[in-house]
Amino acid sequence: MLKVTIDNQTIEVEEGTTILQAARLIGGAIVPPAMCYYSKLKDSGGKCRTCLVKVAQGSSRDPRPMPKLVASCRTPVMDGMVVQNITSPEVIETRKAIVEFLLINHPLDCPVCDQAGECDLQNLSYQNGNEETRFEEAKRTFDVIDIGDNVQLHMNRCILCYRCVYTANQLTDKRVHGILYRGDVSEISTYIQTDISNDFSGNIIDVCPVGALTDKTFRFKNRVWFLKPMNASRSCTKCSGKVTAWMRGNEIYRVTGRKDQYGEVEEFICNECRFEKKAVSDWTIESPRNIKRASVISQNHYTRLKNPSVILPLEEKMGKSPYGETKSINDKQS
Amino acid sequence: MDRKILLENIDIPGIQSFETFRSCGGYLAVEKALKTMAPDEITEEVKKSGLKGRGGAGFPAGMKWSFIDKKVDKPRYLICNADESEPGTFKDRYLMEKIPHLLIEGMICACYALGANTGYIYVRGEYKYIIGILNKAVREAYEAGFLGENILGTKFKLDIVVHSGAGAYICGEETALIESLEGKRGNPRIKPPFPALVGLYGSPTVVNNVETLANIGYIVNNGGEKYTQIGLGRSTGTKLISACGNINKPGVYEIELGVSVRDFIYSDQYCGGIKNNKELKAVIAGGSSVPILPKDLILKTASGEDRLMTYESLSDGGFVSGTMLGSGGFIVYDEDACIVRNTWNLTRFYHHESCGQCSPCREGTGWMENVLHRLENGEGRSKDIDLLVSIAAKIEGKTICPLGDASAWPVASAIRHFRHEFEFHVQHPEIVKNVNHGSLAKYVG
Repeated sequence: MLKVTIDNQTIEVEEGTTILQAARLIGGAIVPPAMCYYSKLKDSGGKCRTCLVKVAQGSSRDPRPMPKLVASCRTPVMDGMVVQNITSPEVIETRKAIVEFLLINHPLDCPVCDQAGECDLQNLSYQNGNEETRFEEAKRTFDVIDIGDNVQLHMNRCILCYRCVYTANQLTDKRVHGILYRGDVSEISTYIQTDISNDFSGNIIDVCPVGALTDKTFRFKNRVWFLKPMNASRSCTKCSGKVTAWMRGNEIYRVTGRKDQYGEVEEFICNECRFEKKAVSDWTIESPRNIKRASVISQNHYTRLKNPSVILPLEEKMGKSPYGETKSINDKQS
Repeated sequence: MDRKILLENIDIPGIQSFETFRSCGGYLAVEKALKTMAPDEITEEVKKSGLKGRGGAGFPAGMKWSFIDKKVDKPRYLICNADESEPGTFKDRYLMEKIPHLLIEGMICACYALGANTGYIYVRGEYKYIIGILNKAVREAYEAGFLGENILGTKFKLDIVVHSGAGAYICGEETALIESLEGKRGNPRIKPPFPALVGLYGSPTVVNNVETLANIGYIVNNGGEKYTQIGLGRSTGTKLISACGNINKPGVYEIELGVSVRDFIYSDQYCGGIKNNKELKAVIAGGSSVPILPKDLILKTASGEDRLMTYESLSDGGFVSGTMLGSGGFIVYDEDACIVRNTWNLTRFYHHESCGQCSPCREGTGWMENVLHRLENGEGRSKDIDLLVSIAAKIEGKTICPLGDASAWPVASAIRHFRHEFEFHVQHPEIVKNVNHGSLAKYVG
């Protein structure tokens, strides 16, 4: 086991753990944000540079600090390593700079973007960004291309995290899209305009940190914060069938994978579950999904019962609650 | 101070061919290495020689070789980095074009030292005609028994493959080169792991510059000790400098490290002074990526000593008052040069060549180009200068590979040393719009 200290909190982790994973094990505010790293995708990470941290002490054997900031998602922990994330002004300053870089060519179309409300870049810029931009030139734009019936590509919004490329590589039997060209004009595109259709291709929507890949069956149907995410399941031959059904009233507006607190899906789901099963009768609705308090999606939906004892005397007076145990709903809420 | 190693025989007619090269003492190093030396002995000699990588970073070559993982049960590879794309650098091209067997001789010795049975020469896409020359040289070496199975009757076997790049600057970065050689998109890898442990096809790999490998033959023949006697201090050996710009005699010169910059620019043996008897204004000493220095700082260091063409002297003073020897692309500007336009031109190059993988470089290079374009065309504002400094600082050191640094350094150094020229562009938009940039120097004073 290796001992690592991140922002003055020490934890023991197994060999091969990265700084980011160790930080996630500690949890809380010290977890560096990640726009391109995705723990379920091999080789992902290292590209967006939002997770850069300062290594103040390389290891107990070689205590020299690392000369540059390192990408925490791709740097393995050494025994005795001391890492500074939010305690280092340099890191905070750098993160601000990276947000600025990511935003200079990102369109300000959040009001019409389906990703708004659950967008990693939105969250990142709220937390780390500047109030105003110093970029005055025209933003770069791309020609619109159609990549099939299910997925809408908005290349202008893409931050080139490569997650969808890794997803297609590692999840489907044949990747038909990738990065064309280079530099700031590089774009996600398909191989000579074929469409992306594969049983698991819909997962590129879930892994996209911004609104570059969105669900065509959900396009402009509703805002995510008006919907209630519910854990739902069905027996599916292709995938686990465990999904999040986004409901309003008694209607399912869209189906996605179940995302954890870092925005990563617990299990990838198939296209049939995602795009075709939109009737409530297709699904067993299990329970409301836990959403971070900070998220706009949780607004006015649920409140965590921090101290169930307030309820208990009520229960005594009123008898058993018809809704079952209140606690269980929010067990995993963060 | 003018001993030569690489270009000693360059003027002999027909040195391109195997027979002539052999009759001038070529391939003796291979015989000596394979028949009388153990692989680790060669590495030791190279270490002793103090030979630094000639591609730009100046990392000691022997050290790099000793990092290679010889315990793992995988084939090992040597890659010759001939993707010479740095603006202002054209030394490898000269070497490969004129005396290709020198490179092949060095590669055979290096492969033997590393225990590699395959060597690749990754040639820049634009150097199409050189691929033919190299292929011919490799074929001749096969026919003479210096490549292939059982070289010189020993058990050592070696194949050398000449591979063409497709014209991307970024593929000169060693991990991007490896990706490209594997047939993938030329994106630099995230280090660590370094190629010495996980390189081409996941195997231990050493990537060396053409000039570095061309030096190996001499070191094997004469020993590392002898090599250290050439040059000055820790900058051992000679260096090919490709001089260009406003000088009387542009071209590739082999200098013994330790020649003073003043001599190099003004003596008739080398550049022969500034063209048309004009004044020297600035020099980029080691390829477009290194910081530009004004006349007073390139001829003398901040402490008043003469600046010499060595790794140490050129980087004296850090980036505040120094630069780097880099790849040896020596670009000279006379009094008429417009630093703003020149910086914009360089930034345009880095913007075009950024691979687009990591955000600071992808977005930052284009942004800098835009701002510099604005300044150059008389539309700049005074806050733009500080904005440029800020962008450059935010790219530097935050990227996956050194291209980010390479794009930031020229901008930062140009503003550091020539801020008055940027300010002139802001204050006199009409003049910079209408007057040829070359004549601007008169106005700036």
